[in-house]
Amino acid sequence: MLSIDRIAVDYDGVPALHDITVRVPEGAIVAVVGSNGSGKSTMLKTAAGLLHPSRGTITFEGADISRTPAHEIPKMGIALVPEGRKLFGKMSVRRNLDMGAYTRTSRAEIERNLERVFRFFPRLSERLSQQAGTLSGGEMQMLAIGRAMMSNPRLLMLDEPSLGIAPNLVDRIFEVIADLNAKENLTILLVEQNVSEALSLAHFGYVIQTGRTVLSDTGKALLDSPMVRKAFLGM
Amino acid sequence: MFSTELAQTLLSGVLMGLIFSLVAVGLTLIWGIMDIVNFAHGDFLMSGMYISYWMYALWGIDPLLSLPVSGAFLFFLGMVAYRLVIRRILGAPMLIQIFATFGIMILMRYLAFYFFKPNYRSIQQTLLSGNIDLHGVYLSIPQLAAAAGAFLTTGAVYVLIHKTRVGGALQATAEDREAAALMGINTDRMFTLAWGIGAATAGIAGSLLSTFFYIFPEVGGIFGLIAFVAVTLGGFGNVAGAFVAGILIGVVEAMAGYLYDPALKTVFVYVLFLGVLFFRPQGLLGVE
Repeated sequence: MLSIDRIAVDYDGVPALHDITVRVPEGAIVAVVGSNGSGKSTMLKTAAGLLHPSRGTITFEGADISRTPAHEIPKMGIALVPEGRKLFGKMSVRRNLDMGAYTRTSRAEIERNLERVFRFFPRLSERLSQQAGTLSGGEMQMLAIGRAMMSNPRLLMLDEPSLGIAPNLVDRIFEVIADLNAKENLTILLVEQNVSEALSLAHFGYVIQTGRTVLSDTGKALLDSPMVRKAFLGM
Repeated sequence: MFSTELAQTLLSGVLMGLIFSLVAVGLTLIWGIMDIVNFAHGDFLMSGMYISYWMYALWGIDPLLSLPVSGAFLFFLGMVAYRLVIRRILGAPMLIQIFATFGIMILMRYLAFYFFKPNYRSIQQTLLSGNIDLHGVYLSIPQLAAAAGAFLTTGAVYVLIHKTRVGGALQATAEDREAAALMGINTDRMFTLAWGIGAATAGIAGSLLSTFFYIFPEVGGIFGLIAFVAVTLGGFGNVAGAFVAGILIGVVEAMAGYLYDPALKTVFVYVLFLGVLFFRPQGLLGVE
């Protein structure tokens, strides 16, 4: 579905990615793991059109999107839950969700998506008029995912969804991701530092280091691989 | 003692303040969305005044009727200014941004000198003229109409920003450009729109003023500066704040003229400005 093919990306004139290849088959959960600064976020930003590769290509359902500007990506069926959530903190929860549906024009479809968000995150429906900036960390992450769901994507990309939220909510977030994949048929591309959780959830995994893809296999096989166990799991 | 004179002063202050508010709202909108101070804002207003003046002088069209023309023309001019100049300096250092809008200001002001001469002009006979008498308090009808028009326009901008889909997109762009793009919002188009709306409000304010204020090439300097003060008092980017601050400035100016000396009325506005900068740098309604 999404194919990131040997891309290199410069960030403010500094090379950030050298040679990244990641393939996301339709219906799968794909996890990309790597240490801080390895280029995971840059890769997602590039797939979302916020950056453009200097080499290599990104294709989505056969169409080359390497040069597509960010604001045209959501219409194609891709949504990104960005690092640090990037909510519109001064707006209400409801208006944040409305912004997520910016590319959707059918009222009925927006209502359906809204109901789906509330089904996954009932707590958001109780906070509709609250300013997004005043939510707790966990609620903010729910809203960030909910906002991305409002564009009704087929591919959902998540950048460190477990970062900065209470440990008991981390499990809930991963549960939601698994559910979105299994019940709602969403293809998931997940970037995580929480390596064991991410790889046990994922069908396929990639390890990237200093801007290069160094390892790829099924999630389970990666969890058992000596390299991952040594580098990320401290075993 | 609450004299009719005091009431008269307060009311004219509020009426003038409503116009200051409208000018400030356009300025604060552009700042809020892209962090650029538009020094040409007052000269957008000057253009609106001249549009109404010439349509009146050449064809006898009343400012009330030329107002939409002036709004539409300035909307277009604002978008052109963005596309030709501002878009190129978006990520540039602040000094370059200041010079760019300053350059637009000088260009417009001296084009006006060149074509319209430095003469003070005014519009004499309008559809609305005369005064109304409220128990001894006289209000000039042109000024009353201008204030009402300013209030309605400011209200329309407020509703546009806070209640509509495109207003949400403007706010989203103001808060986080990258996140807005991820929602599918074309932020470049939002910047263009913000310049269009900002300039249009100044143009409308110019037409409203043209019925009772002198029209000359440098008139924009007065209003641009007062708008800047209102934007600062109201908290940069805060539309409701700019509205309140505009009225406050109108009242302070009128009261200072009444109680002290009309020649020094603006001095008090700047004293208020400095006071707020010292004690509440985030603005009266601003949050830190």
